[in-house]
Amino acid sequence: MTLFYALIALGSLALIFGLILGFAAVRFRVQSNPIVEQIDTILPQTQCGQCGYPGCRPYAEAIANGDEINKCPPGGEATVKKLADLMGVEAKPLAGGEQAEPIKTVAYIREDECIGCTKCIQACPVDAIVGATRQMHTVLIDECTGCDLCVEPCPVDCIDMLPVETTKQTWKWQLDAIPVTQID
Amino acid sequence: MEKLIAQIKQGKVWPFPGGIHPPGQKTISTAQAITRLPLPDKLVVPLKQHIGANGKLLVEKGQQVLKGQALTKPVANWSVPIHAPTSGVITDICQMPSAHPSALPELSVIIEPDGQDNWCTLTPVPSPNLLSHDQLIDIIHDRGIAGMGGAGFPTYIKADSRKAIEYLIVNAVECEPYITADDMLMREHANGIVAGIEIMQQLLTPTLTIVGIEDNKPEAIAAMQAAAEHNDKIIIQTVPTIYPSGGEKQLIKLLTNKEVPSGGIPADIGVLVQNVGTLFAVNQAVFEGKPLIERVITVTGNTIHKPGNVWALLGTEIKHLLDCQGFSPVPQQRVVMGGPMMGFTLPTVRIGVVKTTNCILAPDHNELAEPGPEKACIRCSACADACPASLLPQQLQWFAKSKEYDKLKEHNLFDCIECGACAYVCPSEIPLVQYYRVAKVEIKEQQAEQVKAERAKERFELRKLRLEREQEARQNRHKRKPATEKSADEKQKIADALARVKNKPAKDDDKSAVAAAIARAKAKKQQQDTTLEPDNSEVALERAARKEQARKYKEQKAASDDAPAQQDDKKSAVAAAIARAKAKKAAQAAELENDNSENETAASTPADDKKAAVAAAIARAKAKKAAQAEQAASVASDDSQSKSASTAINETVNAEDKPEQTAQDKKKAAIAAAIARAKAKKLQQEGSDK
Repeated sequence: MTLFYALIALGSLALIFGLILGFAAVRFRVQSNPIVEQIDTILPQTQCGQCGYPGCRPYAEAIANGDEINKCPPGGEATVKKLADLMGVEAKPLAGGEQAEPIKTVAYIREDECIGCTKCIQACPVDAIVGATRQMHTVLIDECTGCDLCVEPCPVDCIDMLPVETTKQTWKWQLDAIPVTQID
Repeated sequence: MEKLIAQIKQGKVWPFPGGIHPPGQKTISTAQAITRLPLPDKLVVPLKQHIGANGKLLVEKGQQVLKGQALTKPVANWSVPIHAPTSGVITDICQMPSAHPSALPELSVIIEPDGQDNWCTLTPVPSPNLLSHDQLIDIIHDRGIAGMGGAGFPTYIKADSRKAIEYLIVNAVECEPYITADDMLMREHANGIVAGIEIMQQLLTPTLTIVGIEDNKPEAIAAMQAAAEHNDKIIIQTVPTIYPSGGEKQLIKLLTNKEVPSGGIPADIGVLVQNVGTLFAVNQAVFEGKPLIERVITVTGNTIHKPGNVWALLGTEIKHLLDCQGFSPVPQQRVVMGGPMMGFTLPTVRIGVVKTTNCILAPDHNELAEPGPEKACIRCSACADACPASLLPQQLQWFAKSKEYDKLKEHNLFDCIECGACAYVCPSEIPLVQYYRVAKVEIKEQQAEQVKAERAKERFELRKLRLEREQEARQNRHKRKPATEKSADEKQKIADALARVKNKPAKDDDKSAVAAAIARAKAKKQQQDTTLEPDNSEVALERAARKEQARKYKEQKAASDDAPAQQDDKKSAVAAAIARAKAKKAAQAAELENDNSENETAASTPADDKKAAVAAAIARAKAKKAAQAEQAASVASDDSQSKSASTAINETVNAEDKPEQTAQDKKKAAIAAAIARAKAKKLQQEGSDK
């Protein structure tokens, strides 16, 4: 009889807690970020297409569907590492032997050479080039992602990719410099 | 609160954790009064000498300026103007090396003094208590005052604090070795500093003002106490000499036992800290109308013949300072801007003094040895004991080396004040602070990149949407108009069809009609029974009535099916229309036959009919082509049903017109493209010629 009571008591407790948990699971459900979104936030959003996909989001979708994580040269090894952490796979060196730490660049139009063909405007994935037909074009440096996509279509080759200038805010001490010492 | 104020008034201080006791070396430069330097040959005044944005240039090359004349105008938030430190000619406005460890070039105004030192017209305010809050703030802003303790925070922003300030703390601690600029300023200009404090009190209305001075400056303490005697809201508090008690957060803890929350600012806990130098500049700005154009700088070190404090005009080159005080450099001489703890070695001495420069240290190799090579961390945890912010320098070092930025943030890297106490005590000579500084810059960079990536993503998505929209617009350019007409027509027709169905007699009526018919028939039968002659007519009538009933029921059913499912309307309407069209065709055919039999001469009618049929066929074909097959089909069938042959022909004419138009368009486009190609070629050739 005691066993019976115990079973009833435990069973009813289990039922009550189960109901509470079930209710809580529905009521307080946390909408987790879909994996594609998470991958997309890790990618550098240069929209450069160097991964072979027409933008960062398509590549994010491809990664979610099992593509390699090392196809993003602008992100460098840091991005590969983060993607590896997220996807739970082994971090690999960048495909195509790219540099581990890419140099950040922005496009610069040599304005006196620009013929105003608007081809770079059409190529820019983030609308960072302003200009009009047969008017000089220029790059909004703050919006440029350094994707190189405008360089190829330019018929007069007046676009250069220049490394981003160091400012006082971005300047860093060179800690890995080898100290020069005199040996007697 | 009262208890706390009582404790403060009793002289109680609350020591902060950590701290170190480096040798003071202050007496070297306190032997003589502050001297004034002879005018240098040129002044290099950088536009940016504070935290925040540059002002807008007001002067140009070749212009004559007077002493105190504004060179820039504040534009954006946090921008502070600069002023001409002496009268002279602007010889150039160009990029010059700046007072920063990197010496990255900064836009600077280069002035060649004319030796006259002519002031521009000043507007002193003898009684600032008559001025409003905003007027005083404007004076402080226009006179270009920025924090002179080291960070260069614009003073007008601090003085205009939106949060209530309980304690105004005056930082006169000057805890870093060698530096005595504030000490000497207090000894010589205590009254001016107190006047500056009183202006701040007027602006911020604090309950209490506490001046914190380290106990290694007895003369300064005495001078300040004498100057502040008349104001019982100012307390001169002596604090023990320990580095870095001059750190803002450390001083607040020391004087009020309050702690600034991580990531917060002192105003969050009702405290505001001002440097004595800044307060003296405020006094000068208000009572004498003088903008911030000079400051006291300690020039010291074993290689300086006359170490001491000097009034130096902003923009004076370091080389001039050193030369005036007598400088005999040793091989590989280092010149440090700031103190030995937080200062940095200057890459060149051709750099102008700025608002935040408080010390130029030119040590020989014995007093400040070059740091030796970095050795491995032996985990002695001396750095953790010394850290005044209670951080874990050793952990931070590991994370900084392995670039684990998330961990660094978790370990509150941004609470590090970069005082250098950890590196000072480190037996392995690890440049810990440098690691933290690099990590901080990298984290900030990463955050900026994240923001930029978000924006790039947004712009990319918007562009994609725009392109899609444009493409759609291009596709719909030709057919949008007819499409809308069709849809309007169609709607009308559907509505008409529904109305027709509804207008038809209801089922009940039908039934009663049928019943009546049956009744009539029965009555007739009964009547006719008497005649004994069988009559088919009533049976036929009954059958017809039944048939009629069935047809009506069918229609009714179709209509009721239509009503709930709106999307089926179209289909049913189409079906109905087709049915109607077929019926009409049949009728026409019958008529045609009749016509043929009746009137042999009417040869033109079949021809017309044929034309109409052809037109309808063309219309159908055209409609088929359209994207929305259903719509088009219904219209075509409606056309064939309702419209006369002539309108159908018109339609076909229209239809024939359209291809013509498009052909014309195509031709035009082709011509335009050809012209464009030619032009591009020409330009390309020109380009290649170049």
